Order: sequence, then structure tokens, then C-alpha cells
Amino acid sequence: MKKGLVIGLSIVGVVVILLIVLYSWIVGGYNNFVSMDEEVKKAWSQVENLYQRRMDLIPNLVNTVKGYANFEQKTLTDVINARARATQFNITPEVLNDPQAFQKFQQVQGELSGALSRLMVTVENYPQLKANENFLQLQSQLEGTENRISVERMKFNETAKLYNTAIKQFPKAIIANFFGFRERPYFTALAGADVAPKVEF
Amino acid sequence: MSWVKYLVVFLILLSEGFPSSSYPVLKMYATDLTGTLSRAELNALERKLVTFHDSTSTQLVFLMISTLDGGAIEEYSYQVAATNKIGTKENNNGVLLLIAKEDRKLRIEVGYGLEGVLTDATSSYIIRNEIIPFFKNGEYFEGINGGLNAIIAVTAGEYKKVKEEEDSGGKIPFPVIIFIIIILLSIFGGRGSGKGILIGSVLGQMAGGGFRGGSFGGFSGRGGGFGGFSGGGGSFGGGGASGSW
Repeated sequence: MKKGLVIGLSIVGVVVILLIVLYSWIVGGYNNFVSMDEEVKKAWSQVENLYQRRMDLIPNLVNTVKGYANFEQKTLTDVINARARATQFNITPEVLNDPQAFQKFQQVQGELSGALSRLMVTVENYPQLKANENFLQLQSQLEGTENRISVERMKFNETAKLYNTAIKQFPKAIIANFFGFRERPYFTALAGADVAPKVEF
Repeated sequence: MSWVKYLVVFLILLSEGFPSSSYPVLKMYATDLTGTLSRAELNALERKLVTFHDSTSTQLVFLMISTLDGGAIEEYSYQVAATNKIGTKENNNGVLLLIAKEDRKLRIEVGYGLEGVLTDATSSYIIRNEIIPFFKNGEYFEGINGGLNAIIAVTAGEYKKVKEEEDSGGKIPFPVIIFIIIILLSIFGGRGSGKGILIGSVLGQMAGGGFRGGSFGGFSGRGGGFGGFSGGGGSFGGGGASGSW
């Protein structure tokens, strides 16, 4: 009888220890995913801020360029229209949960990038505009924002990759699946959007 | 099976080792890889930048290379600044003035912590008005010197060097804190067994080691200010401006 009790107790002990180990493993994994996902969201908000800043800079640029009477109208209206389309697209953190919305966000912003770089190329034909200090300032701010966007996009992709790898790796993928951690989308280089077009006369 | 894993790890390490090695590791505040500047000119720039760092903790670094090999200057400049970790970790106050001589391109790369004073517009203004006019006449030293002076003038007031003496002056000395912790631990944790005293002494030993390490680090840091550059851990977000002449 006494022997049986000892065996019974030690089985219970082992089970309890196993449960504690399992519990701390799950909690550790879960918390790790949460903090990694927070990093991804932080990186996303950086990207978002910069796209917003670009939107804010455009009206000033358009106004400055408009002042030059003979400025080619089409490139200007293209920028204005592309900006309007991008403004319609509501940016929320929810974009991260929806690959299609993310894709759409990238597309409208990419179109705006394209329209802007065409505008900047056209400006090369207007020496007066290029000598205007106000314009030069706006141009440098816009270029700086574009450059920050590409840096922060790269950083976002890096953090998203760390997170995506972590949630997909066995055996912790079980925890990620159970709690519904979703894969985060990546920024991809849009064909032609980031490349400044050639001037054609 | 396991050797395959090691091979893969080795290959990854190898492949990751290459891109960083293609960007120069900076040992000085002023570096000219083209041989354009004379030794005296380089020394003058180096002294200026070291002095600036010593009084403000801001790391302003100058690098001249011959060509970007067709790459974008923004990419190159970001990589040099980020891999060399220019600026301090706390303030991200690093600036890189990069010149690609043969490509006739230059860029001011600004760390996160200085984006507020050295804005894109200001960086662009410095490039256009303080540097390029000289470069157009082939006066490299004058342009670089003028550009660095302008950057110094703009960023000088932003950060102050924290003196180590001030840091420990007003506060309770570290060993006293450790002593208090040990006493508290042995009072509250010592109820059951001798555990509290044990924890206390272990903690004390760890903290003591950390303290010794700290004072040693401070000493070697002071030696580092003597000459030569080493990155402080600053990070960059693509701020600044580019130009060409």
C-alpha cells in the first residue's frame, strides 16, 4: 500500500512539473510573439507617418510650381489626382491584417511616387524654377521624405521578417496558430514606381 | 544531417559578412580614400571633428570616396552611417558628410536625433551654398571645411557632453546602494533559511563586478577621445540631403 502511494504521488509530481513547464513555454512563446508584433506595428507607424508627411508636402509644391505660368499642366494634374486617390485610401493599423488592402495601399502610394518623380524630371526644363529657393527647399524636403520612406520600408520588412519567421517555426508555430498570430505582409518594389522616368523631348 | 546545418549556418554567416565589408569601416573622423587632401588638411579636419565630438558628444564624420560604382549615394551613405553606428546610442546624434569624387555627388546623412535641427532643407542649403560653389572650382578642402563648419554651427547647441564627474557627484554612490540591497534582502528573505543572505551575497558579487567593469569602460572611453573614431551606436532613418556638382 505504502509503495503504491509513493508511486502515485511521484506520478502526480511529474505531471505537475510537466504542466508547469508547458505553461511557461506557452506563456513565453505568446509574450515573445506579442512583443515582436508590437515592433512590426511600430515600424509600420513610422512608414505611415512618412507617407502622411509626403501627402502634406505636395500641396505646397503644387502651389509653387503652379506659379510658373507655362508649366506643363499634365504632370501637375497627374500629381494632384494621384494624391487625391491616395488620400481616399484610409490608412489604419488594420491594413496589416489585410494583405489585399496592404497591396492596394502600396499601389496608390506607388502611383503617387511615379507622378511625383515625373514632375521632378519635368522641372529640369524650367531653369527659373530650379533657381527658386522656395522650390529648392520643398524639393529637398520631398526628396528627404522619399528617402526616409525607403529606409523605413526596409526596416519594416526586416522586423516583419523576424516576426514571420518566429511564428512559422516549429514547434512554437503551434502556439502562434492557437492564438491566431497572423503573418505580416512585406513591401515589395513596385515595377517602375521607384525608378525616375527618362525625359523625352 | 547535422553537418549540413552547420554548413548552411556557415554559408549564411559568410554571405552576411560580405556586404558589410564592402562599406568602409571608419577609423578616423576625417577619411579621404581618394588621396585628394594633403596630410595637413586631413589633420586639420580631424582635429576639428574630434574637438566638436569632445565638447558636444555629436559625432560628425567626413568620408570621401572615389566612386559609387553606379549605386545610389543615398543607399551607400545610409549603409556607411548605419554600419559604423555614428552618433551615440542615447541621442542618435551622428552626421556623415559623404563625397563621391568621380561621380561628382555628395550627401549629408543625418541621424534621428539631429533631424530636428539639421533638416533636409538645411542640409540641402549647406550643400548648395557652402560646398558646391567651391567644388565647382576644384577647391575640395575649402568646400569640405565650409560644409563641416556650417553643420557644426547648426548642430552645436543640440547636445552637450555629459561629464562623468557630474554624473556620480550628486547621487548616492553605487556600493552604498548595493550594501542597502544586501541588508534588505537578508532581513526580508532570511525568514525561512539562510537563502536571503546567499542571494544578497551573490547579488553583491555580481553588482561589484559590474561596477568594476563600468569604471574600466569609462577609463577606456576617455582614451578613445584622444584620436581616432569609434561608433557610439547611433541609428539613422534616411534624413538629410544629396546634391551634385
